[in-house]
Amino acid sequence: MEKKLSARTNFILTVVFLIFVALLLYLADRYMDSYKLRVVRLIAIYGIMAVSLNLINGITGIFSLGHAGFILIGAYTASLLTLSPEQKAMSFIIEPIVPWLANAHTDFFTATVAGGVLAAVFAFFIGWPVLRLSGDYLAIASLGFAEVIRIIALNAISITNGPLGLKGIPEYSNIWWCYGWLFVTVLFMASLVNSSYGRALKAIREDRIAAEAMGINVFKHQLLSFVIGAFFAGVSGSLYAHWLTTIDPRTTTLGPMLTFYVLIMIVLGGLGSISGSLIGAALFAILFEWLRDLEEPFTFFGIHVPGIKGMRILVISAIFILVMIFWQRGIMGREELTWNNLYRWLFARRKGGEEK
Amino acid sequence: MVFFLQNLFNGIMLGGLYALIAIGYTMVYGILRLINFAHGDVMMMGVYFAFYAATLLSLNPLFSAIVAILGAALLGFLIDRVAYKPLRNAPRISALITAIGVSFFLESLAVVVFGAIPKSFLKVFKDRTILNKVLTVAGARIPLLTFLVIFITVVILIVLFFIVYRTKIGMAMRAISMDIPTTALMGVNVDAVIGFTFALGSALAAASGIMWAMRFPNVHPYMGFMPGLKAFIAAVFGGIGSIPGAVLGGVLLGLIEIFLAAYFPAFMGYRDAFAFIILIVILLVKPSGLLGKKIVEKV
Repeated sequence: MEKKLSARTNFILTVVFLIFVALLLYLADRYMDSYKLRVVRLIAIYGIMAVSLNLINGITGIFSLGHAGFILIGAYTASLLTLSPEQKAMSFIIEPIVPWLANAHTDFFTATVAGGVLAAVFAFFIGWPVLRLSGDYLAIASLGFAEVIRIIALNAISITNGPLGLKGIPEYSNIWWCYGWLFVTVLFMASLVNSSYGRALKAIREDRIAAEAMGINVFKHQLLSFVIGAFFAGVSGSLYAHWLTTIDPRTTTLGPMLTFYVLIMIVLGGLGSISGSLIGAALFAILFEWLRDLEEPFTFFGIHVPGIKGMRILVISAIFILVMIFWQRGIMGREELTWNNLYRWLFARRKGGEEK
Repeated sequence: MVFFLQNLFNGIMLGGLYALIAIGYTMVYGILRLINFAHGDVMMMGVYFAFYAATLLSLNPLFSAIVAILGAALLGFLIDRVAYKPLRNAPRISALITAIGVSFFLESLAVVVFGAIPKSFLKVFKDRTILNKVLTVAGARIPLLTFLVIFITVVILIVLFFIVYRTKIGMAMRAISMDIPTTALMGVNVDAVIGFTFALGSALAAASGIMWAMRFPNVHPYMGFMPGLKAFIAAVFGGIGSIPGAVLGGVLLGLIEIFLAAYFPAFMGYRDAFAFIILIVILLVKPSGLLGKKIVEKV
């Protein structure tokens, strides 16, 4: 049973798989209608958000609820850098934009990296006080910091345009940027988790005190995880902003609600599993779009049901509570979808006398 | 002086409202070590109950408030039974995630059932003379409502303290917060007492919410989120698990918020951020809060 695939087979399978995915994406890009394509791109963006929160919550066991704050920083930083100076001058009507930002203009890649870096810098400074706490206090404190970031975005009008938000952000988040960044994120996370750092993070998750006794610098590792998670959250924020094309610091788009969405994804997929996070993100994005029909009027077995606003969030939160009560491990648990595991599962089934 | 007095009364009123919500947090946390994230949303539901009891059933304001408080108590009890009870022995963080889910569920339920468009709570009152009455105290013009809210809050607090410190079920609640298995061995029905605690906390939250809505009459499905978070902060400020602490923390938080906004109007927009900064400072400097007992973590 413990038969393992050789490193070479593993590598070849992975490359073949990636080429296959790239081909699929190419076909999707070519032939899908623009609405479906939007959902396909959203899956990748949600995927980055989920994988990065999973590093903090699932793998390191820090229960952070501050993800939306980092996403917001990434979204604003990147958008302010990709908007042209004329656009910025035009949309800042309450107060003119600060001079050092007015003429800053970069390409999409630099802007995205800048968004990630700024989010990571914030995480570094927020991490100092927040990571001194533990458990549920940490959850509330990180949620609080995310709110503080949002409140700053709402009030620092000469930088963020305040409640009006930013409009006319170029729709740069095409399928290749989204999935390219998703690939980078997953590759980085997988290597991190399998390194000595990753093992240290998991040790902290399992037992913080025992990990400390084994000589792991708990605070340093937690901070590292927090900062890396925030970097990718910032990246996803940039992609998200260039997918939405308008952003504003309201509760629903970039507020605590977004953190809860990402939390639902990783819980659904299995806290602590990267592949689980990806599956959770894809499921969430598809479910969320599919449930949109509930909000339109429809006919069910001849009964006419009027569309009800907010219905899909209600359904999703009900599913979420049920998952938490009856199925806490989620889809993947802490397992990863690797070739070895896949092989093992298929192999085990074949032994039961079942063909194919 | 006039300015000071006005803000003092506003602060005490706001603080009293925070305190009533904070008690619900602190009681549940004291017993289950669970942050009942949905507590602020129970408050919101209570306000909607009162709103519809008054507008649909055309009850008078006092009766609709009583109906709403009972409704919220039932809701709190049901939330515990349905969502938290199956997770009593699960890791603490699972219960917290479920609580977030419940909060989310109640908010979206309110959007679906009551609609996302804000409603004016003033519709509850046909006769608004009491609401608009203004008293003059030492030159400061203070709405009668402020005094009324403070008065009702004090009455509710006295009743609460009586329940917790002078009745049998209150004794059971205090016993459970110390040691659940031992209390169960003494013949106390633990689940019933926990259910009662949820009901009591939810009733207080609803009472607070209704008074909140009288003062700030904008009723919408997300109205419970911020007051809920701040009340939790108040509970931590005063020392979580301690009911007098929750009251003290609530009142102090209300006063700090009002006075900072009054004397530093430039930071008015950042008002909601103060509370979180207070939270961080408290947790770093004195994590057990003002009146809390220090808990030593055993390995």
